[in-house]
Amino acid sequence: MGWLKRVMDHDIFYSFTRSWVIMLAAFITLFIIITSVFAPWLTVHDPFNPSSLTLTDAFTPPIWVSGGQWTYPLGTDDQGRDILSTIMFGNRISLLVGFLSVLLAMLIGVTLGTLSGYIGGWLDSLIMRLADAQLTVPPILIALLINGVARASLMRELQESLVIYVLVFSIGIAAWPQYARVTRSGAMVERNKEYIAASRVIGVHPVAIMVRHIIPNVMGPTLVLATIGIPLAIIIEATLSFLGVGVPPTTPSLGTLIRIGNEFLFSGEWWITIFPALALVVLVLSVNLIGDWLRDTFNPKLR
Amino acid sequence: MFSYVLKRFLQSILVMLFVAFVCFVLSNYVGDPVNNMVGQEATIADRAALRQELGLNDPIVFQFGRFVNRAVKGDFGISYRQQRPVKVLLQERLPATLELVLISAILALSVGIPCGVYTGLHRDNWVSRVILSTSLVGVSLPTFVTGILLIYIFSVTFNVLPSYGRGTVVKAGFWTTGFLTATGWKALILPSVTLCLYQLTLILRIVRSEMLEVLRTDYIKFARARGLTNRAVHFGHALKNTLIPVITVTGLQVGSLVAFSIITETVFQWPGMGFLFIQAVLFADIPIMVAYMTLVALFFVIINLIVDLLYFVVDPRLRIERRVAG
Repeated sequence: MGWLKRVMDHDIFYSFTRSWVIMLAAFITLFIIITSVFAPWLTVHDPFNPSSLTLTDAFTPPIWVSGGQWTYPLGTDDQGRDILSTIMFGNRISLLVGFLSVLLAMLIGVTLGTLSGYIGGWLDSLIMRLADAQLTVPPILIALLINGVARASLMRELQESLVIYVLVFSIGIAAWPQYARVTRSGAMVERNKEYIAASRVIGVHPVAIMVRHIIPNVMGPTLVLATIGIPLAIIIEATLSFLGVGVPPTTPSLGTLIRIGNEFLFSGEWWITIFPALALVVLVLSVNLIGDWLRDTFNPKLR
Repeated sequence: MFSYVLKRFLQSILVMLFVAFVCFVLSNYVGDPVNNMVGQEATIADRAALRQELGLNDPIVFQFGRFVNRAVKGDFGISYRQQRPVKVLLQERLPATLELVLISAILALSVGIPCGVYTGLHRDNWVSRVILSTSLVGVSLPTFVTGILLIYIFSVTFNVLPSYGRGTVVKAGFWTTGFLTATGWKALILPSVTLCLYQLTLILRIVRSEMLEVLRTDYIKFARARGLTNRAVHFGHALKNTLIPVITVTGLQVGSLVAFSIITETVFQWPGMGFLFIQAVLFADIPIMVAYMTLVALFFVIINLIVDLLYFVVDPRLRIERRVAG
């Protein structure tokens, strides 16, 4: 357990424990992740298995309103699905898509950024021009366009199973330029250092230099960018699902739940949309807080 | 100076051509235009005749040239779903979106910049802390959640503001404006607040961090050492230098307002272009998608051009470098 002691002695851990807001945010995020991973075992029923629903339980209000039942702590929607369970299952999709798309964006961005920064020349100009062109268009629009085109061009049967991949792909493509830029500037700084020159002199292959030396040393700012990118990806996915062009209703995410609930907002069943909306805000806020704290902690100017 | 303008202008045209090419590929090769235009009962001979008449058998270069030619005139064909010319649809919807975006931009700038300056100048004030925490929540709230919450509070619970539509509009030429009626303004409040919130928080944070950076520089220290009042230092020197990067970011944000207007229009059933676009995506209505993409690309290119030129005008350092270089 010596490593645990070393972690607790580190000044980053100290700054972590000083701020109760950050500790709360981290706890909430961990809680959400764990409940969403174990959702099938924790929930009353699987909300998206039609055979487990009882229609007579539809429109049950939450427990603190008269008419509520303890089996459905946050109420049910128009088909008898427990809102708490739908939120837990919805979290899964939101977290999955958010995480995977940032992974894809990092993969593309770090690769192109390292190539661009280390090799330079015309490749650098080309990649940077591409990144600049894409940065002028907001990521939501890009994700929307790619999604729209994919829908128009894929056949209906393929669509259902491929939707999540298309979604991850579109958000990943929308987000790669910033990772590329950060990696590129890091790579450009690294490539002038002596140990890289030494490696080149020995005869190490350029690809090996990039993978073994450059990338590990420029990953720092990229990871911080990722912690800010994950909530953004979750928001984009929720927005696309809300608009109807995201995940299909059979595997809904928080955005789809909000859309479904929106229709009942005026007829008085406010809980169907408000609780998923609050869940989304809490998730995004917590991850944002952690990302902000990480960025401030690792900022060399403030240390 | 002139060569710079010319270079940027040519770049913009290149970008537009690229976008036009992507749109062209979409409109001709995604799905079959002929299939989408005629019904199921058309015979093969009819389809072949239609194909010939539309010129789909000509070489690609000719087709692209025709596409660009028509696009420049504003003719994007006929919507698959609504069977009306896309140009007419756009004309009907454009004023709504532009008015919404204008009001939101004004709101975001007029609240965001002063708040950013205030929190930059008075760092440990409790007012600053409140503003900053609110801004953090603002960044985490997706636009549609803000819209739904606002609808719930003001339309459902208190019933003071309308939750959909534009109110009564006044037609002036081909423009329909909601500015001249009371219901028009009332209907504008909730959507524009929703739309501007995200941009407001972003502008606030950027102005604040820029302000903090500028206040740390040497020339500010020297101005203070000379004995200038706080007011002269902050507003005479610091603010002017803060505004340069703010201009660039603001220009880009106006562009992203257009993107977020899609969401806001969907939540509030605002009859604008964004709403039209979403329905086109849902129904694979390619002509509208193509028209929207081209228009938005044009909008972005123009904004980027203006921002670049403004940057050049505002920052004297760029002008001196150019003169020395050439």
